[in-house]
Amino acid sequence: MCYPRVGISIVQILERLGHDIDYPGELACCGQPAFNSGYWNETRPMAERVLRRLKNAEAVVIASGSCGAMLKKFYPDLFANTAQARAANELAARCYEFSDFLVTRLGVTDLGAHFPHRVTFHDGCHGLRELGNKKQPRELLAKVRGLDLVEMSEAETCCGFGGMFSAKFPMISTAMGEVKCTSALETGAEYVVSNDASCNMHIQGLADRQRLALRTIHLAEVLNSR
Amino acid sequence: MNERANIFGRIREALRVRAPIPGTHAASSGIPKVDTVSEAEAAKHISEWLPPVGETFEQRVELFRANALDLKAEFHLLEGPIEMADHLRGVAASADWKKVATHSGELTDRACAALSLPWITTDADYDVRELESCDAGISQCEALIAQTGSVLVSSQSSGGRALSILPPHHVVLARRDQLLPDLPTAFAFLKSKYQSDYPSLISFITGPSRTGDIERILVLGAHGPRKLTILCL
Amino acid sequence: MSAASQQFKHDAERLTHDLRHRSLIQTALKKYEVARDSKKSRYQDWQSARQTAAEIKWDAVNHLDTYLEEFARKLEARGAHVHWASTSEQARQIILGIVREKNARSIIKSKVMTGEEIHLNEALEKAGLTVVESDFGEYIVQLRHEAPYHFVFPAMHLVRGEISQLFEEKLGSKPTNDPEELMMIARGILRNKYITADIGITGANFAIAETGMISITENEGNARLTCALPKVHIALMGIEKVLPKLEDLALFMPMLATAGAGQALTGYNSLYAGPRQSGESDGPDEFHLVLLDNKRTHLLADAEQRDALHCIRCGACLNVCPIYRNVGGHTYGTTYQGPIGSVITPHLRGLQEWKHLSYASSLCGACTEACPVKIDLHHHLLQGRRNAMARYPVWWERLAFKGFAFLVDHPWLVALAPSVARVAQKLHPLIKGTLLDPARPWTRSRELPKVAKQTFKEFWRSRKR
Repeated sequence: MCYPRVGISIVQILERLGHDIDYPGELACCGQPAFNSGYWNETRPMAERVLRRLKNAEAVVIASGSCGAMLKKFYPDLFANTAQARAANELAARCYEFSDFLVTRLGVTDLGAHFPHRVTFHDGCHGLRELGNKKQPRELLAKVRGLDLVEMSEAETCCGFGGMFSAKFPMISTAMGEVKCTSALETGAEYVVSNDASCNMHIQGLADRQRLALRTIHLAEVLNSR
Repeated sequence: MNERANIFGRIREALRVRAPIPGTHAASSGIPKVDTVSEAEAAKHISEWLPPVGETFEQRVELFRANALDLKAEFHLLEGPIEMADHLRGVAASADWKKVATHSGELTDRACAALSLPWITTDADYDVRELESCDAGISQCEALIAQTGSVLVSSQSSGGRALSILPPHHVVLARRDQLLPDLPTAFAFLKSKYQSDYPSLISFITGPSRTGDIERILVLGAHGPRKLTILCL
Repeated sequence: MSAASQQFKHDAERLTHDLRHRSLIQTALKKYEVARDSKKSRYQDWQSARQTAAEIKWDAVNHLDTYLEEFARKLEARGAHVHWASTSEQARQIILGIVREKNARSIIKSKVMTGEEIHLNEALEKAGLTVVESDFGEYIVQLRHEAPYHFVFPAMHLVRGEISQLFEEKLGSKPTNDPEELMMIARGILRNKYITADIGITGANFAIAETGMISITENEGNARLTCALPKVHIALMGIEKVLPKLEDLALFMPMLATAGAGQALTGYNSLYAGPRQSGESDGPDEFHLVLLDNKRTHLLADAEQRDALHCIRCGACLNVCPIYRNVGGHTYGTTYQGPIGSVITPHLRGLQEWKHLSYASSLCGACTEACPVKIDLHHHLLQGRRNAMARYPVWWERLAFKGFAFLVDHPWLVALAPSVARVAQKLHPLIKGTLLDPARPWTRSRELPKVAKQTFKEFWRSRKR
């Protein structure tokens, strides 16, 4: 709704690579907010809908490490010892976070992108630690023409978003965001690149309020720049 | 006795449900390796994962030396008892030792004879205040450990519990053949030496006493010795 | 909201705005990180070491009855007295009983986290005893009548000026900015305390079933002195500290040092096997060990989170936790701070009162990655939320998620969302930041993203035509 360029970029990149894309438009949410808040019973109906709709997909490409972790790691927990346990495990095996899909599944790193800017990369926690995607985004960025990647000292430190955490403990969330922004600014980067739109929303929201010279952008948008 | 039974009752009740395997996500399951790996094998693996120690005596001495330097301990590899006596006299003179404490032993006896300073021993009951007033505690050790630059002492081999911790300077006298490569070897050594009759204190001393409690800044000589000198013959 | 939760939010609000605190803690822990990484890199295989450590602890905790029984039997055979306490009160009474029997008046303590857990100092002082903490950091926080800020680095929140001022006030020493001089002031005072104390009280990092020993890890030598000079040694430890074999320490001693403090090995790793033995020249005549349950068996009964009992209290999870780094240790209001504290405190002290701690996390997983014994910390926080909401659901939250689930189940409603959001965004400035603003927790410090002119769904539809 707020970041259409992310989805559009992914569609355009994958179509250029010759893939057929189906967009399950009627799936609005994987249920993570309810799940992370402890309401597992309330989450299951939402997640069941996802299981049903994605049953026949060969591969599911997910634009955010956080939603990716939900489908890939937490659905099996959510449905453990239920009738859908098998379906959840099968779906998990077919789910890919976007950068992982390109690098691991397709074996593609060079997308012919051109992005002449100094950037720093923010590792979204779910993508990094739940899914183990540390190298994939960097391999992709390394092939982008004109791009200068400068690692920040706090690259792996949480930006403070954490879903409902940002509303339940806004003061801690904000302080964490400030640490992140300070670290990103130290690199002199024009852009903070991330493969998680929710982290971007948090970092950008904080940077805008504090009038910091930071712009966030999703990895897919960078890879779709020509 | 009653609470003992209560606690064991609760433990046994709790353990009726099996716990998931370490290092696996909750949804998966299996049998942990500990049930299948033999002890000897496990010990061998531990050596393979800890920091490397080299193959030869020379490499291990160099490793010990480097670790000691890092820890701000002094280490000297000496030719023999005469050199050791000279070295000790030098330290005593430069630090202006007035009195030392020691225990009886092959190396310590020679050292004290060479020092010609008043000394006390902690071989039997002794006065703690007097030990506290000594400038240095001179002791032997169980072993030296190359991997960590540690000195292994015990209440049996090193003059009791206090000698190596109360005086402001601890001097350790060791033989070359006491240098062990790593921690697993050190424990194997203790086991074979003592079987089940262990000294009441065994301590791995790694550098002089230290603290980082103020702003994580290193300060030596927190409560124990400010200086640690290791002389190896 | 529970009292503990209110206090947490109140203190978090204060400390997250304290930039001096933030920079102090971040700087100290950055130093730790550099040291830890350098020491970790020396290991031939840190990850395998972690896995083995986790498996050894799994074995120990899942056969706790066997190992605990063996440990107590072997220790008793060496002339030690072993006491069992189900609760804090029982542990305090056992220790007070020993103290009274010995007619003791002064006590020297080395760092005992279980002592903090059972509020031992208060009980001893109430009984008229003088209790002195000998760990330098603990000594400082004791003088300040404060709880430890961090269960490994108790005085990490203080700078030397504050410590100098404290010593000036309480000890009458001259002001100084030199950490070494400050240490020497405390050393001078404490030396005499060791010599004159009737009883020494310590904790234990590990207990060895095979040999009947406790193991104490420290840098300063204060525990060594506490166990060498007083005539009675009392050790207090949780029942979960047992390791099966002596050689297990070959792995746990260095890993504790590296993960916890960025050291290759801590200054003193000492094994105590009972009181002074025949033929030995010094050491205590009596050795008492108090084994404390205090709801540990409650945690043991939760098979899902049982691995939290693997904890070796290295503090690595606190050190890397971005929440800890911003709210500091006192905010938690617990004996054990940080991620491990947030996992175990609801078990040890009550789910309803302490469930907020499982929510005070972004679930980033840095703790789990840092844990040397692979405790699944951040997933336990997630499970803690599930457990809490199964028993104490918040009605309006549950209603909101049910409503959200209903929305998600009706695509035509979802399709309206962008239009609704666009209108809402136009009206939002009227109430933004005020108490009427439903997004206030966010908008107090952050901007909301703008709804795009063309959403992805709109793009997708236009494209298919």
